[in-house]
Amino acid sequence: MERKVHVQTTINGEPAEFLCEPRQSLLECLRDILNLTGTKEGCNDGNCGACTVTMDGRIVTSCLVLGVEAEGAEITTIEGIARGNELHPLQKAFLEEAALQCGICTPGFIVAAKALLDQEPHPTEERIRWWLANNLCRCTGYDKIVKAVQKAAQEVTL
Amino acid sequence: MATVYLPTLLRPLAGGRESVQVEGATVRQIIDNLEQQHPGIKERLVENNRLKPNISVAVDNEILPLGLIESVNPDSEIHFVQAITGGKN
Amino acid sequence: MSTQYNVIGTRPIRHDGADKVTGRALYGADIQLNGLLHGAILRSPHAHARIKRIDTSKAEALPGVKAVATAADFPAAGDKIVDLGEGATPLSYIRGNVLAQGKVLYRGHAIAGVAATSAHIAEEAASLIEVEYEVLPCTLTAPDAMKDGAPILHEDLHMQEFGKKTDKVNNVADHFRFSIGDAEKGFEEADLIIEREFHTSTVHQGYIEPHNATVLWNNDGRVQVWTSTQGSFVVRDTTACILDLPVAQVKVTPMEIGGGFGGKIPVYLEPVAAVLSKKSGRPVKIVMTRKDVFEASGPTPGSYIRAKIGAKRDGTFTAAQAYLAYEAGAYPGAMVGPGAMCIFAAYDIKNVTVDGYDVVVNKPSTAAYRAPGATNAAFAAESVVDEIAEKLGIDPVDIRLKNAAKEGTQRVDGPKYRRVGCVEVLQAIKASEHYNAPLGGPNRGRGIGIGFWFNVGLPSSCTISVNADGSVNLVEGSTDIGGTRTSIAMQAAEVLGIPAEQVHPSVVDTDSIGFTAVTGGSRTTFATGWAAIEAARDIVRQMKERAAKLWETEPAEVNFENGVFSKNGKSMPFAELASKIGETGGPIVGRGAVNPRGVGGSFAGAIADVEVDPETGKTQVVRFTSIQDVGKAIHPAYVEGQMQGGSVQGIGWGLNEEYYMDTTGTMRNSSLLDYRMPTALDLPMIETIIVEVPNPGHPFGVRGVGEANIVPPPAALANAIHQAAGVRLRTLPMKPSTIMEAVWAK
Ligand code: FES
Ligand code: FES
Repeated sequence: MERKVHVQTTINGEPAEFLCEPRQSLLECLRDILNLTGTKEGCNDGNCGACTVTMDGRIVTSCLVLGVEAEGAEITTIEGIARGNELHPLQKAFLEEAALQCGICTPGFIVAAKALLDQEPHPTEERIRWWLANNLCRCTGYDKIVKAVQKAAQEVTL
Repeated sequence: MATVYLPTLLRPLAGGRESVQVEGATVRQIIDNLEQQHPGIKERLVENNRLKPNISVAVDNEILPLGLIESVNPDSEIHFVQAITGGKN
Repeated sequence: MSTQYNVIGTRPIRHDGADKVTGRALYGADIQLNGLLHGAILRSPHAHARIKRIDTSKAEALPGVKAVATAADFPAAGDKIVDLGEGATPLSYIRGNVLAQGKVLYRGHAIAGVAATSAHIAEEAASLIEVEYEVLPCTLTAPDAMKDGAPILHEDLHMQEFGKKTDKVNNVADHFRFSIGDAEKGFEEADLIIEREFHTSTVHQGYIEPHNATVLWNNDGRVQVWTSTQGSFVVRDTTACILDLPVAQVKVTPMEIGGGFGGKIPVYLEPVAAVLSKKSGRPVKIVMTRKDVFEASGPTPGSYIRAKIGAKRDGTFTAAQAYLAYEAGAYPGAMVGPGAMCIFAAYDIKNVTVDGYDVVVNKPSTAAYRAPGATNAAFAAESVVDEIAEKLGIDPVDIRLKNAAKEGTQRVDGPKYRRVGCVEVLQAIKASEHYNAPLGGPNRGRGIGIGFWFNVGLPSSCTISVNADGSVNLVEGSTDIGGTRTSIAMQAAEVLGIPAEQVHPSVVDTDSIGFTAVTGGSRTTFATGWAAIEAARDIVRQMKERAAKLWETEPAEVNFENGVFSKNGKSMPFAELASKIGETGGPIVGRGAVNPRGVGGSFAGAIADVEVDPETGKTQVVRFTSIQDVGKAIHPAYVEGQMQGGSVQGIGWGLNEEYYMDTTGTMRNSSLLDYRMPTALDLPMIETIIVEVPNPGHPFGVRGVGEANIVPPPAALANAIHQAAGVRLRTLPMKPSTIMEAVWAK
């Protein structure tokens, strides 16, 4: 086993540090070391989006980021989306619109959709579909997910 | 007497007939009497004193869950069909 | 039956919703335990080979490795036949698929498991296991595997014919035949006969969460399992059976499950993790990689189908005939029986013969996938029906309506339909805005299709206890894949006359609830819902006794309506009486345990508009509507969700998805990049039309909604592509190259 590396980072607005092997992905570090299991693994090769987090404001698939790359970065995961006890409008909209069935894809979708709304408060349907094309959902057929994002977009700007 | 409709592949055991009239108040009695009339049918349907797990019985067009112990009316129509389960068949 | 409901038909927020949008919900892979070891599985690189020797010594010597397991660690299987919720199967097959013994039958077949202090070490150790193979020729499709001289997978496999073992030893495990009337005579009466051949590829359910299992073989001999499964009792019984333990020694805790669609009924990892835990004395977690999921879980069969229909000039079908050969994969059980029973299920045809063949091939052992067997079959039948309609100049809906199955129509396997909604689904298509809208552009086409699925009943258990604040806690055993906690809780709420939010549902482990069959067969809202209804009725009965005590009368004198108990002007809402249960006799627990009859089959239809790029053959779905008879929609939003999800899986099956195998039996597209499932960008909104023809067999008319919706899309797309591009495609998927080849051949 290789020597572990000490990583200092910010996760969901709080300073965080951990020890990881150089070969461990950020996804593994979040889930197995920091016990932030809200970020999911669907493929471990960048093709499903279940592991989506933001890193310095950009969405990344955390299975394709090494844990050591988190040094000095600001990471936001699904656990950091709600404001305390108050759900984010996207989270509420996902529930009201029944935009999840099994829910395994939901954390990735919410993190990705929030990054979209943060920079574009009024996306078109086409734009939402384009933005979310890296996130696979096998249960819903996307219809209600797109509608939930549209609904949240309205509420965010109200 | 109840009318038993035979699955296609069992019809040769009953001289090619599609249906036969059989006496019986339960599916078990029906099968036992069927066996008297047309030997060889029972072993195709029953195993360890139960309907085989991949076979279901429909009485009057309703698939019934209890197999041999389901009751049968004198004018019932009985079909033995392939069981549909939740998973691999 | 009253159709005035307070709760049913509304759209409450699902009970597990907050956990699932915040990342708090714990899925199988999320479990962390003290001393947890991580496992990895060594898999076969060959599609067919004899295992001559396995040497695990190098793996065992790697630092961090705590245990290694092979098939030799399982107790001998004998030739026991077991029924573990998937039909009767020899235990040796189930066990042999978990860890190969003697032979590997497909690429990806599990050979050994390793447990180590990290997943990386476990993977490294697995690669150090030495296996000596004698590679054998492989056979990959049903028609090839049925040929004389084809490589034989199981030397002891005799073909069965309705319960009879024949002398034939080959790759055909089972031959089904269904016939009614006289097909030959029926074809003589026809003015037009169309017979066509169809091929469909192996496809995967594609759930986003890989299979996982965590097992602790405790020091008291009890085996605890945490897993994502469609059936916790199936996992319990299968694991106990393979390990030769009494069932009560195994306890399975179902974690949240990230999709299943039929594919998470079989057991793959639990027995291996159990052996590794026993050997190491520590809990062991194994999670499949995505490649493992493709190569070594249970996709749905590829198939070869011939379908033939005869029609009179006026469109009346006089006879039909079909031949279906489905690829079971490595072990028998290709769902060809249901396929054969479904192929003409939408039609009232007096003369029908259908033959089905269950064929083993060197591919992963197939599992159920939403209406298993029916989608392949409907692709064939609905394509032929469309062609007949075209040749006779009849509208595709009208020809289907003319021949539509209804109450009293005889199914090909014998029984007659009870009340079904085939006609209503077709009428809904015909009346829809979509069907009557202009196509709106060149290179576009519109197609329809319909399909059927039986749905199932099977046992379910539920208990409900009353809280003093008027809420109730509901405990059940059906793992919740798409919101069934809520659809079950709503039925209890309806009976109790309380809001859905006042019911707190939990899905619990196998020690804590009575036997409950799999979440599958569209049965959960129907059967476990029924168990909840029974449990709620039991509570009403007991509450009436309490009210009678308070009012010094007989329970039979107490009325209960809309959540209020009453007698001669005295009345008490449910919550108020609940606050008095302590003083009137103590806790109230209701129980429901059912194995229901009254299953109601579901018909679904699809309308697809496509645009085919004449240069590239790429098909864009521009509009899509799913129509389904659901009996009664308990929670319409989740009903729509099922219809949309099933439709999109059907679209993927129709247009893109396939196991792209090379001649050695290696899947060449075993990643989610290359096994291209539909993304948000590929699709339009999926419109839904819920048809409600109540199932007379269920207290609220429920039929079940999970499956029939996947059946019609590939056929509807094929028919739409025909209109758009002028070619009839008879091979799935209808990918651009297939379309262009057909266009060029014209
Ligand atoms: S797990 Fe990272 S993209 Fe799938
Ligand atoms: S809700 Fe199951 S994958 Fe999206």
